Amino acid sequence: MSNKYVGQRVKRTEDPRLIKGLAHYVDDISLPGTLHVAFVRSVYAHAKITGIDTSAALETPGVVAVYTGADVNDKVGPVPCAGALPDLKVPDHRVLAKDKVYFMGHPIAVVVAKDRYVARDAADLVVVDYDELPVVTDVEEAAKGGPVIHDAWSDNIAYRLTSGEGDIDAAFAAADRTVKQRVLHQRLAPIAMEPRGVLARYFPGEQELTLWSSTQIPHLMRTQVAIMIGIPENKLRVITPEVGGGFGSKLNVYAEEALLAWISMQLGKPVKWIESRRENIQATIHGRGQVGEIEIAFKNDGTLTGLRYSVFADLGAYHQLLTPAIPTLTGLMLSGAYKIPAIQMNITACFTNKMATDAYRGAGRPEATYIVERGLDLVAADLGMDPAEVRRKNFPAPNEFPFHTATGLDYDSGDYEAALDKAQQIAGYAKLREEQKKARDEGRLIGIGISTYVEICALGPSQAMPAGGWESATVRIEPTGKVTVLTGASPHGQGQETSFAQIAADELGVSIDDVTVIHGDTGVVQYGIGTFGSRATAVGGTAVFVAIQKLKEKADKIAAHMLKADASRLSFEGGKYSLQQAAAAAAATGSSDPVVPVGEAPAGALPEPQVDGKSGVTIQEIALAAHIAKDLPPDTEPGLSATYFFEPKNFTFPFGTHIAVVEIDRETGDIEFLRYVAVDDCGKVINPLLVDGQVHGGIVQSIGQALFEEVVYNEDGQLITGTLMDYALPRASDIPKQFELDRTETPSPVNPLGVKGVGEAGTIGATPAIVGAVVDALAPFGVKHLDMPIKPENVWRIINGH
Amino acid sequence: MKKTINLSVNGVSRSDEVEPRLLLVHYLRDVLELTGTHVGCETSLCGACTVMVDGQAVKSCTMFAVQAEGASITTIEGLAKNGELHPVQEGFWERHGLQCGYCTPGMIVTAAQLLDRNANPSREEICHGLEGNLCRCTGYQHIIEAVEYAAKKAAR
Repeated sequence: MSNKYVGQRVKRTEDPRLIKGLAHYVDDISLPGTLHVAFVRSVYAHAKITGIDTSAALETPGVVAVYTGADVNDKVGPVPCAGALPDLKVPDHRVLAKDKVYFMGHPIAVVVAKDRYVARDAADLVVVDYDELPVVTDVEEAAKGGPVIHDAWSDNIAYRLTSGEGDIDAAFAAADRTVKQRVLHQRLAPIAMEPRGVLARYFPGEQELTLWSSTQIPHLMRTQVAIMIGIPENKLRVITPEVGGGFGSKLNVYAEEALLAWISMQLGKPVKWIESRRENIQATIHGRGQVGEIEIAFKNDGTLTGLRYSVFADLGAYHQLLTPAIPTLTGLMLSGAYKIPAIQMNITACFTNKMATDAYRGAGRPEATYIVERGLDLVAADLGMDPAEVRRKNFPAPNEFPFHTATGLDYDSGDYEAALDKAQQIAGYAKLREEQKKARDEGRLIGIGISTYVEICALGPSQAMPAGGWESATVRIEPTGKVTVLTGASPHGQGQETSFAQIAADELGVSIDDVTVIHGDTGVVQYGIGTFGSRATAVGGTAVFVAIQKLKEKADKIAAHMLKADASRLSFEGGKYSLQQAAAAAAATGSSDPVVPVGEAPAGALPEPQVDGKSGVTIQEIALAAHIAKDLPPDTEPGLSATYFFEPKNFTFPFGTHIAVVEIDRETGDIEFLRYVAVDDCGKVINPLLVDGQVHGGIVQSIGQALFEEVVYNEDGQLITGTLMDYALPRASDIPKQFELDRTETPSPVNPLGVKGVGEAGTIGATPAIVGAVVDALAPFGVKHLDMPIKPENVWRIINGH
Repeated sequence: MKKTINLSVNGVSRSDEVEPRLLLVHYLRDVLELTGTHVGCETSLCGACTVMVDGQAVKSCTMFAVQAEGASITTIEGLAKNGELHPVQEGFWERHGLQCGYCTPGMIVTAAQLLDRNANPSREEICHGLEGNLCRCTGYQHIIEAVEYAAKKAAR
């Protein structure tokens, strides 16, 4: 198949509606008679509720209803957790607080009113009496004991888990040298620019419910909400209209979604809730939240022999959908891009009086990469080796793939040294080191950080996933020749309406303008899993590709029938089946068969496919013939459509090298990027423009983690970074002047497209490069490691000895 | 106690009775059904709600509708003229300046004002001009390139 679109920088088909302001996010959908919902949330991190007085709220003109936990908790099922681990403690997570609140922002009551302003006013009139309880926010305190959060248990430890392969004790006993470092992964807020939002509408006559939700997982949500509110799953339709970013925060089923659905059923009216940003930082999942100790055993020549990571994972007060699973993903990726014969991870996962942590872009893997890459820098410093050379020394060679790690994975394909070489070449690494030395002699503080990451993507085989790891696609060609692609993936900014259309247009030989990709509507699209874990293209795109091959098998038969030839004599090129001989002759004379345009039929009648005496037939003509169905091959179903559910046999393992160069202002401690080079290998690339965008965005979220962002609770459990004034996101002026991106391309053998995934590469690969650069810049002050976020104040204190 | 406001939005005269506390962004979205202007933070920090008020980029989530009395407002829906995209809109499409699209209307309006004030901005001036608008998806580089594209296009 010739590629007209795949591999090209195709502009997005999504964009026109978005740049004109004509797209529809949840809050842009208005239904007549919609009621608005506001939540009453806990102002304390841990307290007994001794009374709730809703009378003033109920008396407010415009208020329709007020519900508390007593009204709903025996009617709406618990908020689901899909993480299954041995001996995991799963708290009873009700949609509204019962008799206790466990974190600031914990929903207590819900007010329904005719107007969103009135709902907010009335929520403030709900009086909640609390008896404060002792609070534990520090995860290490929680592990030691501290105030116990859940009465069902005697401690705060949700689970302990040890994983890894190889004789770790022997590795450390036999090591020439070891390094050890305590490492913090601060809590982060995902901050999708569109906060969460839900619109629920119950149709009492049909007994059907439609739920519009800003989510990454419409089908999984349908299943879970149906269970929670007790409605048959086939009476619930979940629609994700435009979704304004997710980054994992909308890979969840929240209390609000089930509650709104239930309230709509009670009141028989549409009800809408749009999260405020303050609620978003309080009560949408956070990411990261680990503190641990890394130990590495190695030989005098830099060969790694063992790695141990003992970590406390801060889960927050409750489990959301994947909360307990995230630290285990860290354990899977502790081998990084290196041959390490023995690896051990010891997780102690604890409840704290804070919002739950869960998947935030990278979801456990940025933690692993950060630990391993910081560790490699420490090894290099210990041995006086260049950090690039320590890495190079421990890479598996390309012919060692599939490469088995001591974390139990089999990496699919890789050429780690090629990416490192390319990045070093682009950066002018040797010259950079010389310039750094010269600058240091002049008193300037320049640092170079390097990260040679590998990530686990295309999640994943169903065996390794809580609720299926496959993805689905239906491809059909309508009677008019237009191509419709239904994908179970639910993209929300990644651009799969374009990249899947590229695949379909090339495989079917049609114009991309004739392809429409539909997603995010359980009433229209076959069951799917969703968009997360850099899986949409590698798993969902493959489903599209294979569905098209199935569709073409049928088209082959119809074409042969129409051309009265054996299918083996036909070739398919440019959207047209041709008799091979005739095609060759036509090519020789420079002529081609006229194709009957489908649009030229008389008004009101479908055009008849006309093929008599022709040597070729277009895929559009076949689609028409398949729908008219007057003359199909024997035993052929009418219509031209195929559905495929793709189950991947393995994950994919993208990789790359990031190099950051920073300069520190001695006067202010300010950190400025001088260079940023990223060579990423995400396998085959469908659309380089979109890949660049994913990499840029990921790197800047890494800049956020490395230098700015931190969810801070004080010792009383009060969230003190509760607005975007206090929670610092990177701005346009905080980025390097120009990202210098390049790629190597090592196809994945896991799927026929050879793609690996790129959505999280930036947040996984970049953070250690940035921190490594700052640490390197401060090496003259004896700095070997700094915890994130590295703020100018910290840097200034180091420079000035405070 | 509602107040009557008279103003022009995207070239159309409007007269509506509104509550004094109604925010401009909610007037645009809920009363006029111009939902291209988004709310991202309610505190004028993210810029998703940016609209042009008498030629100035203003965050409409912290301005009351009654304060717009007599004003001429342009929202994202009013930028394209006669079916032709504004150069900044075109730049965002050409240079992949958006992913989820939520910050995009505010970002485009701010960039349009930036170019009104400075037809040939440096990269640094573009970054400074966009500091009040947050994007979580793109990492900004393609947005900056989109503004550069628009500046070049407008200069032709």
